Amino acid sequence: MRAASALLRKDILLELRSRESVPAMALFALTAFVIFHFGLDRSSLAGSLAAGVLWVTLLLAGVLGINRLFVAEREQGGLDGFLLAPVDRVALLVAKALALLAFLAAVELVAVPAFALLLLGPPVWPALPQLIAVLVLADVGIAVVGTLVSALSVQTAARDLIGPLISLPLMIPLLIAATGATTPLLLAGGAAPLPLRWMAILGLYDAVFALLAYAVFDFLVED
Amino acid sequence: MYGRGLRPLAIVTLVVLIGGLAMAFFYAPVDADQGVIQKIFYIHVPMAIVALCGFVAGGVMGAAHLSSGDRRWDLRSYVAIHLSLIMGVGVLVTGSIWARAAWGHWWVWQEPTLVSFLVVFLLYATYQPLRFSIEDPHRQARYASAFAIIAGAFVPLNFVAVRLAQPLTHPRVLSSTGNLPGEFGVTFLVCLAGVALLFATLWKYEMASKHAAEQLRALRSRLAEAEAPGPPPRRAVPAGVGGPVS
Repeated sequence: MRAASALLRKDILLELRSRESVPAMALFALTAFVIFHFGLDRSSLAGSLAAGVLWVTLLLAGVLGINRLFVAEREQGGLDGFLLAPVDRVALLVAKALALLAFLAAVELVAVPAFALLLLGPPVWPALPQLIAVLVLADVGIAVVGTLVSALSVQTAARDLIGPLISLPLMIPLLIAATGATTPLLLAGGAAPLPLRWMAILGLYDAVFALLAYAVFDFLVED
Repeated sequence: MYGRGLRPLAIVTLVVLIGGLAMAFFYAPVDADQGVIQKIFYIHVPMAIVALCGFVAGGVMGAAHLSSGDRRWDLRSYVAIHLSLIMGVGVLVTGSIWARAAWGHWWVWQEPTLVSFLVVFLLYATYQPLRFSIEDPHRQARYASAFAIIAGAFVPLNFVAVRLAQPLTHPRVLSSTGNLPGEFGVTFLVCLAGVALLFATLWKYEMASKHAAEQLRALRSRLAEAEAPGPPPRRAVPAGVGGPVS
């Protein structure tokens, strides 16, 4: 665990100094909202349309971060250094997933208020705690799948292409569950209760992929 | 070693497949609702089932590769996924034709099975680009196996999620074989067996061909070493002249 926290600290520090991922992801999310405004020709959204726009944007912004997650490690030899250290490789998985989770949370701190301000019709306040719960569960899923896919695609010749092509289909169940859970929170006539069925699906998704990542990750950082 | 028994297997496959299709056209009754076009069911559904089983089997073989370190398991997994992908194209095309005939649209988003299959197909479509954009053969095998495991576990999860995404009030237009009348059920099972045998035959055939190609290459390189004896050892065949294994 000490190795994981050291790696996480390194990643956060690196991001704070280089500002490579999070600003780009946040800017992308803002641009996507503007694009949705013109593409859909709507100035305010509610219900399933609002949930869909929010989640598609967050997912695509997440893909930007996923693409960059392991690039520096590979190009600057961080991975070799890590493999020389006598620590469990799962530490790298945990650290990278937590770093991605932190990036996503930082992006959402910008993107969700911007969405509420720019596009959302009904007020966001009544359902905010439930929305945060959905965001947390979905972010865990994105972080786990993203770390796995990023480790998988970083060794390929065309990683910028392969990464999104693998991660987007893998995240379709997550998208279905997240939009399903968010739709009743953003209804035009006031928020309905949070559907627990979708929260359970999100939790199941997170658990399945966490186990898969734990089982497979060792083989992705060998040699 | 993979070629052994290939001929009897191929003959059995041919007999069962033709028998199944003959049953579909002459034994099973014509569907009262949809007419003759419903016969596509006997090839579409077995192909879908076999393709999904092939994807999951590819994942299991990938796991066998990672746990044993034997690269032959990776080759088996590759061939299974590769054949399932080809069958997947057939599933999507026949499904689309059926949807057009039965419901009047080439694509129906309300049919969760078809939509889940499309998602799975899109995921597996990246298997080959991923595999062949990794140069090192050992790393290629390892990464492809990891992908096969992740994607194989994703298949059932995806089906649950897409099924739940449909509003619960929407009636399933086609439910499973449980409520089929007897003749339909028997014909369907024969067709399923036929398609499964076809998959097995093709898998064995491709494995035999890959195995033979690999043996041939090993023999060639040994021959080249034998022809050029003594130091310094001259390599008449540079490594990789035979192209990638798969």
